[in-house]
Amino acid sequence: MAFIRFNNFSFRYKGNDEYALENINLEIDENKFILLAGETGSGKTSLIRCMNGLIPQFYAGFYKGSVEIAGKNTIDTPISDLSTAIGIVFQNPENQLVAMNVEREIAFGMENLGIEPVEIKKRIREVVKITEIEEILDKAPFEISGGEKQRVAIASVLVLDPKIIILDEPTANLDPFFAKKILTMLKKIQETKKISIIISEHRMDLLVLLVDDIILIHNGKILAFDKKDIVINSEIFRNLNINKPKIYSLFRGLDKKNQVYDKIPISIEDALNVLKKYT
Amino acid sequence: MEAVNPLILIDEIEFSYPNNTFALRNISLKVNKGELISIMGQNGAGKTTLIRTLNGLIRPSTGSIYIKGEKIDSKSVAELSKIVGIIFQNPMHQLFSNTIEEELKFSMKNLDLSKEEIKQKIDVILNKFNLEKYRDRSPFNLSGGEAKKLAIASIICRDPEIIIFDEPTLGQDAKEIDFFLELIHNEIEKGKTIVMVTHNIEFTFENIPRIILMANGKIIADGPTEKVLTNEFLVKKSSLILPQIQQFKQGLKEIGIKVPNEIFKLNDMIMFLNNYLKIKLSKE
Repeated sequence: MAFIRFNNFSFRYKGNDEYALENINLEIDENKFILLAGETGSGKTSLIRCMNGLIPQFYAGFYKGSVEIAGKNTIDTPISDLSTAIGIVFQNPENQLVAMNVEREIAFGMENLGIEPVEIKKRIREVVKITEIEEILDKAPFEISGGEKQRVAIASVLVLDPKIIILDEPTANLDPFFAKKILTMLKKIQETKKISIIISEHRMDLLVLLVDDIILIHNGKILAFDKKDIVINSEIFRNLNINKPKIYSLFRGLDKKNQVYDKIPISIEDALNVLKKYT
Repeated sequence: MEAVNPLILIDEIEFSYPNNTFALRNISLKVNKGELISIMGQNGAGKTTLIRTLNGLIRPSTGSIYIKGEKIDSKSVAELSKIVGIIFQNPMHQLFSNTIEEELKFSMKNLDLSKEEIKQKIDVILNKFNLEKYRDRSPFNLSGGEAKKLAIASIICRDPEIIIFDEPTLGQDAKEIDFFLELIHNEIEKGKTIVMVTHNIEFTFENIPRIILMANGKIIADGPTEKVLTNEFLVKKSSLILPQIQQFKQGLKEIGIKVPNEIFKLNDMIMFLNNYLKIKLSKE
């Protein structure tokens, strides 16, 4: 059974006539790296809020249908129970850093769950190594850089050993070098821990190379959810006003008779492989 | 002949925060009227601190800044804000009125405009920014993209000569980025000067003619974008990565396809590949 399951779920926020999400049917399994893409206001953040019960438990509104996480209904299962299965890193990591120093920050969630101190120490050692923040454990959240904050936020979610991690625009505030580093790190975590990671992101150039599947959302409806190659080569993808990879736009821009590929290249490597035949 | 003063002249300024960490070191810079500039560099390089010196939000500890030939040391933020409009990264930090109309009204309060003129300006700007339908709504009920538009509108309606953006394309989709691009082109045509801080390499490489790179509070490069962003040493030093088209160009050379040096942008590359493939395919 799928780990996350949307059954014909619709939601509108209180005071809004339009549905933010409409008839969503989705099944998301473990061990996948997934990109969630859509124009601004398409419902990406609302969809994410359903995946740990914030919708409908915290955000007031009207809903139809249901969402299940690991078989538990998000309507009446406490958010704290759901958050051990799913970890969410929101857009601005500052909003979720609360402790005096980085080490306490990472321990915070585990302490709330009543995990043994010995186990807490062990897990912290493991995640700080993965996220490369060993050097800053004693620092206060305001003393560390944006890239470090992002990694601390990821570490404090990772340490709870969730089956799925969801990140809402994790690299938006980061310089390109750090953005690349964080995305590559997430890919490595996903593969070694065999968990699923879902990332909502506007800058696709780097991310699209790493993901397995893509979810396209538009006006609160799921337009596509499939293997990356299938989605990217679809007309739906072509017609959306999302920031597409530069290499994609380059090959889409070629005259019809020059489109000498079966699958449209999205990375420089793909592109060069296509062109090697014509040197 | 009389020498023309640069619009902005920054002369060896330094700034350090109370804990003695240097945010700006020995910065000198000239910006001419009508220029369109990106400031790029790693997180914490001093980019946002630098732009804040231009309307007096931050006062350098040494050195001087001249705008339109006048030293700005003794000018208030309110005075400077009539010439220099800054649109901050998070639009919610600069919006506070009950409705969008009031927000714009407040923005123009100190501009010596009549009620009628203000009303007219608001109509024009709401229309231009496609915000007419939200006129009576609270700014806090807008989506992120719309709030950003309103923040920009509330500065543009004051008609400042210098417009400064902090991360204008952040969280924006392709349509919103196109809207922003058209907007800055319009402002440049009207003779405005635009400086933006951004991490968006692809946007800068395609659209912004001049770039300033910062690292550790210093300017490490200042020049034509095509030159600076294709320099691997500088790109690495400022925590950036080479633009996709540039990486692709290098790859083409490696597989033996010769690309003329002057090809930098997406459309030039499309044209080049179209010609190249046309010739190759006709020989097959």
